[in-house]
Order: sequence, then C-alpha cells, then structure tokens
Amino acid sequence: MNQVNKKLKIAIIGSGNIGTDLLIKVLRSSHLECGAFIGRNLSSSGMLKALSLGVPVSAEGIDYIINNPECCDLVFDATSAKSHFEHAPIFEKMGKRVIDMTPAKIGLMSVPSVNLADCLNEFNVNMVTCGGQASIPVAYAIGQTQSEVDYIEVVSSIASRSAGPATRQNLDEYIKTTEDGLMEFSGARRTKAILNLNPAEPCVDMQTTIFAKVANPDIPKLAAELSRLVDKVQSYVPGYEIILGPMVENGRIVVMVRVRGLGDYLPAYAGNLDIINCAAIAMAEEYASVAPHKKSKGH
Amino acid sequence: MEMTKKIRISDPTLRDGNHAVGHQLSAENIASYCKAADAAGVSIVEVGHGNGLGASSLQLGEAKTPDHVALTTARENLSNSKLGIHVIPGFATIDRDLKPALEMGVDVVRVASHCSEADICERHISFARSQGVEVWGCLMMSHMISPTMLLEQARKMESYGAEGVVFMDSSGHFTPEDVRERVSTLLNGLGIAVGFHAHNNLGMAIANSIAAAETGATLLDGCARGFGAGAGNAQLEVLIAVLERLKYSTGIDLYKILDAADLAEQNLMKEIPTIKSVSVVSGMAGVFSGFMKPVSRIANEFNIDPRDVFFELGRRKIVAGQEDIILEVAKELAQRARKGNE
Repeated sequence: MNQVNKKLKIAIIGSGNIGTDLLIKVLRSSHLECGAFIGRNLSSSGMLKALSLGVPVSAEGIDYIINNPECCDLVFDATSAKSHFEHAPIFEKMGKRVIDMTPAKIGLMSVPSVNLADCLNEFNVNMVTCGGQASIPVAYAIGQTQSEVDYIEVVSSIASRSAGPATRQNLDEYIKTTEDGLMEFSGARRTKAILNLNPAEPCVDMQTTIFAKVANPDIPKLAAELSRLVDKVQSYVPGYEIILGPMVENGRIVVMVRVRGLGDYLPAYAGNLDIINCAAIAMAEEYASVAPHKKSKGH
Repeated sequence: MEMTKKIRISDPTLRDGNHAVGHQLSAENIASYCKAADAAGVSIVEVGHGNGLGASSLQLGEAKTPDHVALTTARENLSNSKLGIHVIPGFATIDRDLKPALEMGVDVVRVASHCSEADICERHISFARSQGVEVWGCLMMSHMISPTMLLEQARKMESYGAEGVVFMDSSGHFTPEDVRERVSTLLNGLGIAVGFHAHNNLGMAIANSIAAAETGATLLDGCARGFGAGAGNAQLEVLIAVLERLKYSTGIDLYKILDAADLAEQNLMKEIPTIKSVSVVSGMAGVFSGFMKPVSRIANEFNIDPRDVFFELGRRKIVAGQEDIILEVAKELAQRARKGNE
C-alpha cells in the first residue's frame, strides 16, 4: 500500500451533535478513519449512534487518548472552550495534531477556502465559528478586492432548533471570535458580528449577510473573486450558495449567503453546524494527503 | 374605600423613538427630554439605539450618538428618574457593552430576546443582577407564541434572576383580550412583576395598556407622542391621562408630562407617528413595527408593493433583528413580478 492511500487515524472527543456529525463525515471519507469516539456517557445519543456504526467508543474522556496513544494521530476536539484549554497542552505533549471545534482559539484560525496551505505546519488549528466559516470567505474577498475597507458586519440567522444549550450560553464568545476572525482575514478596520435565532417551523436554513463599508465599491472585481472562493467553499460544503449580491444598497456592499447542510447526523437546515464540520473535515483530509502525521523531533 | 392602584411607568421615548428617526437622536435631544421626563416624575427613562445597547449597525442603522455618549448625557440629566437600557444578547455582549454601561451609572437593565428564546438571556440577566442593578426580562414579538408558552419563557427569565418580565407587542398585533389572557397567565405562574409594552399599529396601544393594568400588570411602557417604531407606541401623555381618570397612581404630574410631550414633538421628531397604511399591514402580518422604514425604502428601490413585503415577511415568521431578510424577500417578489409580466 502506498503512502497516499494510507488513511489518517483520527479520534473525536466530545460526543454531542458536532462530534457525532463529524463521525459520520469521517466514516465517509476515503482519507480518514476513526480510531476512537470519546465522550463521557455511554448512553448518550451520540455514543449510541457511534456504537451502532461499529466505531470504537470510550466514556473516559481525554484519559482514553493518554492511555491509548496509538488510537489516533489527529484529534477533533468537539468538547467546550473550557475543556479544550485543558486538553491542548496534553495533545501538544503527545505530538497529536488537533482540530479545535470550540471557540478556545488557541491555534491559528482555519478557513480552508482561504488559508488551507498556511495551516499545514500547524499542530493546533481553530475552526473559528459557524458564522465565521460562512462569512470569512466573503470578507476575505472584500479585503482582497476593495480599497480602504473601513467596516465589515456579519449578520447570521439560524434556526432555533440548531442552537443547542452551549451555543445559547456562549453568544458573547461566538460574537468575539467571529469578529476577530473577520478582522484577521479581511483587514477591515472595524468588524461586528450579530446572531439572530429564528424559531419558525419548518426550520429556516442558515443565512448570513455580509455588509461592508469601503471607499469606492468595485462590484465586478468583487464578484469575480467571490465566484472563485465560492467554488472552493462548495468543494467541501456543496450547500453553500450566494443568494443575493454582491450589490450596493443604501451605501453598503451587501452579499447574502445561504448554507444548506448535508443532513448527516444534523438536519439539512442546520447549515451553521454543517459548515464548520465540513471545514474541519477538509482540513483533516488535507493533513492526510500532504502533511507529515507526526511532529518531527526538535519541533 | 378603594385603594389607589399603582402603575410604574417606563418611558422608552429616547430608545424606541430612535427607530422613527433612523437612530439619529442627538446628545442635545437626549439631554432636553431627560430633563423634562425627570421633572414630570417618570420612573424609568430608557435611552439608546432603537434595538438597544451595542445595536448600532448597518443591519439596523448606525446611531448618531454612540452608547457611551447617550448614557453619560442621560445620566447627567436625570436626578429622580432611573436610567434604563435595553439589551439584546446576540447584539450586545457583556464585556463590550454591558459592563461599560453599568460603569456609566445605568440603574435598570432590561434584557430582551425574541419571545421563544429566553435562554439566550441567562448570562446577561445574571451578570446584571450580580452587579446590583434592577433587572427585567423582555419577551419581544410576544404575539408569536401562546400565553402558556410565554409563561414558560418568562419563568426562565425569573430563574435567571429577573425581577420582572415585560411582554412586548412589537408588531402592534394584540387586541385587549389577547393582552388580558397573557397578563393573567403570567401573573398566575410567576412570582415577579409583569409589565407590558404596546405598539399602536392597529390603534389599540392605549386600550391594550389599560387592559394590562386592569388584569394586574404593574409596569407600562409609553412614549411621548407615541414616538417609536412604525405606527409608534402607547402615547405616554394619553396613557397617563387615562390612568388618572381610572384612578391609578403613576407618580407623574399631568401638566409636566404634557409639557414633556410638547417638547419631544418640537425637539425630537421629524413627524409625529401616525398609523400609516403600511403600519396597519405590519400589525396584521405580525411583523416588527421597526421594519417600516427599511421595508418602505427597499420596496421603493425594487419597485414592489411594501404591503406584499410585509405579508411575505409575516408568512416567513421573520423576527426583529432580521432586517437583512427584507432585501432577499424584495428580490424574490421583484423576480416573481417580472415572471408574471413575461
């Protein structure tokens, strides 16, 4: 078997919606295999799903990885920011790559359509936020094509049912992390993130609107760059589409994006959760195909 | 002898009124109205962007006066009235917005969410409570869920530490019977005070406010000349007069509140809120009154009927804060119209 066909062994820690949906995506991937699915409670619905799929499971939390270091070369940490702060030094010491799904933001922020290559030498990357994954490609395109980007604002609407207790408790962290990501990738002087929950039934698809204030809007240039980036995003999130713009309305550049998910463990309307998972899988697959799996000595 | 029933008045003229002028109230506007409301004996004067703290944005309109200027100005001009703010999690964060506001001397924090999403308010409510200020929960667009569900959400706010809950008729959709049902359901199930915030899209704001008081609500919101989003709110000076006739005590001096309303008309408003045709439709469709200005502007740009936009927004159950969706709906309606003409 040659190196290219060798699958990268991963573990998922955190057996909630994000972790379980990631598992299904990993099992479908030709580059990844799941060595362990780790939570805290063997009877949680995520665990039961993993058991039904014949995946090795554990309820021991991070201790399982410490005691079974061969179970993986890469860990998806889908626990919480608080837990990730505890986990990160342990993974680092063990030489495990980490894709951080929490807003802990210890490592470099990763948005695969924009900075995949920059992440290849990193051992801890952070997937920003769902709103960040949906909006940063657009914000980046604005930063690349417009002069004097004064301000970028991102408004996301998600279905209430796709916002679990952790999301609801962590709106402030969501806002802060998304704003930081927007600023870093667009170079805008100021950024703002807003999140709306919409309880309508049937559930609304995730939508994100990106507004920008720039010196002299150049829409044709932006449209060309956007179409290049959207193709890249669609290669890992097929349900990502621009439904309005780019246009100038009331003195603002407006672009509106809709994200329909793949409907794996999570329903298709939860494009907000799907896009961050798809981005994480794209990142992991890139590691599997090009990057060395182990940290070199003396790193 | 019958005891005098007490009603406390919270006056969001300088917050909700900002919707009517594209969030362009100036520091001078704030100073002059605060003085007048304070002199009249208004219990709480609410100040800020129409959607509250931290809400100045391209989505909703940028405020002429930044939060910190608005709040310090109000603080300097209020001596008896309490200074209140409206805080929506998802817009305002604790670190960036709420902490600095409290340092500027805010007395009353009203933490608001869409009626079915009270749990996004947990951290903001408990934080404000821990800082020793008065905290209310606000359930916006409350016509969109049943009285029982409203109670369930209000109970969450109570459990987070809210000292009272205001339910808001953000679309001006209710009739007095709707209000009575909700007030009594809330009072039966809560151990805290209940307040009501009326909009006037269907001309019911005063009648609805009185219905709330008669059923046991103890806090009512009202704005000078009704200055507020769309068709406006319960007109404060009218509300005070009716409450006086019905023998409620509000602690407000009638002449002075009439003076405050005259001053507001002169200093704050480009036009006095009236129930325009689109506002009637907004109330019928159950869409947030604050959508009137953006819907009118965008419908004009896309050459479509703003009433169709409101009904489509209502069909899609769009909530306050989702102003960006107006553009998408307008584009869709314009496309449909073009196809119809082909």
